[in-house]
Amino acid sequence: MNPLRILFTGVGGQGTLTASSLLAQAALIEGKEAILSEVHGMAQRGGVVESTVMLGGLKSPLISQGEADILVSFEPLEAIRALNKCHSDATIITNITPIVPFTVELGGPSYPDVEKNIEKMRTVFKNVIAINADDLAKEAGTQRAVNVVLLGVLLGTGLVPISPDSMKATIQQRVKPKFIEANLKAFELGFSAV
Amino acid sequence: MHPLLQDNPGHKMLLLGNEAIVRGAIEAGLKVGSTYPGTPSSEIGNNLFLASQDENAGFYFEFSTNEKVAMEVAASASAAGLRSLVCMKHVGLNVASDALMTLSYIATKGGMVIVTADDPSMHSSQNEQDNRIFAKFANLPMLEPRSPQEAKDMTIEAFELSERLELPVILRTTTRTAHVRGPVTFGELSKDTASIGKFEKDPRRWVPVPAVARVRHKVLLERMDIASSLCEESRFNHVIGNGKLGIVSSGVASNYVADCIMELGLEDKVRFLNLGFTFPHPRKTIINFLNSVEKVLVVEELEPFIEDAIKCIMVEEGIQKEIFGKASSHFSRCYEFDPKMVKKAILDVLELDEPDQKTLPDLSWVPELPMRPPSLCKGCPHRETYNAVKEALKAIGKEEITIYPTDIGCYTLGLLPPINMADYLICMGSSVGSSCGFSVATEQKIVSFIGDSTFFHSGISPLVNAVHNGHKFCLVILDNSTTAMTGHQPNPGIQLKPQGFDNPTVPIEDVVRGCGVKTVKKINPYKKNEAVEILKEVLQKDELSVVISESPVCLVFKKS
Repeated sequence: MNPLRILFTGVGGQGTLTASSLLAQAALIEGKEAILSEVHGMAQRGGVVESTVMLGGLKSPLISQGEADILVSFEPLEAIRALNKCHSDATIITNITPIVPFTVELGGPSYPDVEKNIEKMRTVFKNVIAINADDLAKEAGTQRAVNVVLLGVLLGTGLVPISPDSMKATIQQRVKPKFIEANLKAFELGFSAV
Repeated sequence: MHPLLQDNPGHKMLLLGNEAIVRGAIEAGLKVGSTYPGTPSSEIGNNLFLASQDENAGFYFEFSTNEKVAMEVAASASAAGLRSLVCMKHVGLNVASDALMTLSYIATKGGMVIVTADDPSMHSSQNEQDNRIFAKFANLPMLEPRSPQEAKDMTIEAFELSERLELPVILRTTTRTAHVRGPVTFGELSKDTASIGKFEKDPRRWVPVPAVARVRHKVLLERMDIASSLCEESRFNHVIGNGKLGIVSSGVASNYVADCIMELGLEDKVRFLNLGFTFPHPRKTIINFLNSVEKVLVVEELEPFIEDAIKCIMVEEGIQKEIFGKASSHFSRCYEFDPKMVKKAILDVLELDEPDQKTLPDLSWVPELPMRPPSLCKGCPHRETYNAVKEALKAIGKEEITIYPTDIGCYTLGLLPPINMADYLICMGSSVGSSCGFSVATEQKIVSFIGDSTFFHSGISPLVNAVHNGHKFCLVILDNSTTAMTGHQPNPGIQLKPQGFDNPTVPIEDVVRGCGVKTVKKINPYKKNEAVEILKEVLQKDELSVVISESPVCLVFKKS
């Protein structure tokens, strides 16, 4: 398979690291080797949490500017912030529910207009998918499944050579029993939303 | 059963570099492990701790009070013939370095592995020192993994090497090897179940009075000569490709080199010396390599450790080749690398343009974005303590003239607005020591902050100094009953104990009084009015005082 660089970004606590590790686990089930990089410690205290999933035999865990093939953002401001990591042919997948950082209240730059900026993204990127993952997660039964909704969207694009069945098997293995059903539904809702 | 204890050779699992080190240690028959937690090494200790709670684990593990203590625990276990591992973040090795520098003389019996996790770019650290220099400084062998699989394999190799040489072996990772997750194939578990060692007395070996140390220094040099020859044959050093440009690399940077060669098809232009056993330097391997290429690019993060060694070898051997790297400004001594940076340098030295570059989008329309820095969690008791101290100082009219020395932990985030109560910081425990200095150097009011775990780590000795030398300041101990920043590890003062963990606690108040502090008060930061009244009373006095602000970390409640 060709090298594929996927960047996940979001806010600490949204489950970005879990999402990237679920994706890599599903790849492993299919005998495809994935590597991930994660951030821990200070970087996680309510700050931006980025992780990468690299497929296709890549050894480098990091994505440089303009290298990402797919961006999956759990939060619209963080999507905008990470755009410089993507090349023009990249696919941008973003949640549209904002989490306003405390710096806005303290007089920093204002929170950007989500709709307007997503329209701008469409003019410079090949493929932009904007979705209310929070709503779909609620519909699935748990707001904490935003990450799995977005994994559904990601596989729904058909750009990642990992089958939905492998992902569902991974969810069954890795998610706590009482949340499996909601997460499977979250995955389905995301998958069919594309 | 803890997943890293499973006896299933051939099983493939996605592991963090840190988890792979733990699996490697378990496969190698670890008997004693110790640490003081610090990112990016924390998951090693966390997993060893959890695994050691399993009755079939077969090894002892402890969170020691600081890195020096942890080093001494692992060293003496090794002297008693047991395999031991100690892990810490890069600055932790500074704390442990007093032990390290002489441990290399008295050395080891059972295999001993010292893991140091460096943090280029300072994702969670106060500096980005290059701990490879410690290997040279202490004169000890060093291995540097490039992937989780190698982290596991090298840990096992490090134990074997350590026993063969009777020297501790340094395993050096960086954030991007410690926190990378990748597939790791499990190997056989050690069949050695004996967990009791025996210390054989030999004062001429283990007690480095000058007469002994003089002999032991020579022994160390002889051992390192043997290490040099082992390094030449190491399976972790290898050459691939057949071009005129030689590239030498190690650690995570070698992955960027490998991907660049693969993606741009440079196999016939580049000859790549990939180093994993990086100290002692593989001298013969490097000489042969230099003789097989026309020019050399050295790709290594932080200091020019390999680059300088190569230049030294060239002078001694009379080899003349162009060397590119740090000195030629192809790379910076600051911050971690990324794949593009490495690609650019390789293409520059090859005098090639980048083939079919992917087009970059026009992003000139992106507005100025609000930052999202890390911050104290909502409901964090530290916030309340900071607010109470500020209010008390305001009430007694001292807010304007107060300096706030701070320390290492979540509460360092008190630096940020709107709190703005972190004025000076060097390292673990410096809040107390620097308050002593400010108290003699200024007439300002001094209120310093330290966490419970950091207090036990290195706050006690400077507090004794403050009592003895009559320094005047108020030390606020933020006691949230855990080591929050690195993932809630226990410390000697904890009230909230992990399940199955019943070690005795050491109350902070007893320690503080035992140090000789006369004014010691406790506050509950959530009972604000009461707290402010107590603080006002304490802060009005011009004397040494300690206020212990007790409230468990909010994340503990969130997690349960």
